[in-house]
Amino acid sequence: MSKVIVVTSGKGGVGKTTTSASFGTGLAQRGHKTVVIDFDVGLRNLDLIMGCERRVVYDFVNVINNESNLHQTLIKDKRVENLYVLPASQTRDKEALTREGVERVLNELRQSFEYIVCDSPAGIERGALMALYFADEALIVTNPEVSSVRDSDRILGILASRSRRAEQGDEPVKEHLVLARYAPDRANRGDMLSVDDVVEILGIPLLGVIPESQSVLQASNAGVPVILDEQSDAGVAYNDLIDRYLGENRPHRFLTVEKKGFFRRLFRN
Amino acid sequence: MGLLDYFRSTRRGTAAVAKERLQIIVAHERGGRRHSPDYLPALKKDLLDVVRKYVPISQNQVKVHLDRREDYEVLELNITLTDEDQAGHK
Repeated sequence: MSKVIVVTSGKGGVGKTTTSASFGTGLAQRGHKTVVIDFDVGLRNLDLIMGCERRVVYDFVNVINNESNLHQTLIKDKRVENLYVLPASQTRDKEALTREGVERVLNELRQSFEYIVCDSPAGIERGALMALYFADEALIVTNPEVSSVRDSDRILGILASRSRRAEQGDEPVKEHLVLARYAPDRANRGDMLSVDDVVEILGIPLLGVIPESQSVLQASNAGVPVILDEQSDAGVAYNDLIDRYLGENRPHRFLTVEKKGFFRRLFRN
Repeated sequence: MGLLDYFRSTRRGTAAVAKERLQIIVAHERGGRRHSPDYLPALKKDLLDVVRKYVPISQNQVKVHLDRREDYEVLELNITLTDEDQAGHK
């Protein structure tokens, strides 16, 4: 049984595409055939983050309009086996995503993929609604900041009322919280909402905490999903998140400030 | 403001204020959406039963949607009949 997972947030710039790229890559690395779809028609970026921007020939809208088939359009990742990208169109607008078209493509993908990760655009307009409509599960990417948390709550409301599962009265979309750009030292000082604060306000299970990290920008500069940078704190956090998603017991890390030893304190900063 | 108060006020941090504000606004915004739709599934089922007395339709041919605006609500019912059914009941 394949699963459709939407990565969404409402607010822009919180880490949806970073999370989609790393989530898809992590699942594929563990042997699950996975496709990541960019739903941000007109503002495609997943291809850049995954480093396949120069290999885009056809796109999602072409497949919907029957101008190309999936075989021609899917981009096979060069680093990780079992990983494919379905890029968004850069020249069309979001009206090109019809519900029937999206459904047809998803059904076709379900034939051969275990996980279908839908990278949602920001906002609550057509592109975002299409990305979440067919979802079985949702990763809600949130930053510990007031506008992001409020928008996440809004998206949870939309998942509960306007997804296909909600409309058909099926079991509700399974929700997972991904708290990104977390700075434990600032949270400990009381200058940033803590993990517990955000979990309490949103009331959904926590899947992972991704620390604020320079490695995320470095990874996007290079076009390599940050999960592949296993030396970095963000990479480690995403790897834990995948294992946890797949049912393994991984305690949350990066919730407290790393204590600097005497010599490190002396010689670094 | 005494010296002690000065230290106390800086210790509290702005996160506590953020949490409090969020809890209020989120509760307020949820009020609109989480109360009403309770009866929607039941309404949908009843509608389905009534329509089925006359026309054979499946569950996903009936759509019920409630929209809350400023001071009024819009209940939208959408029942789609397939061509066959329509032809049979003309």
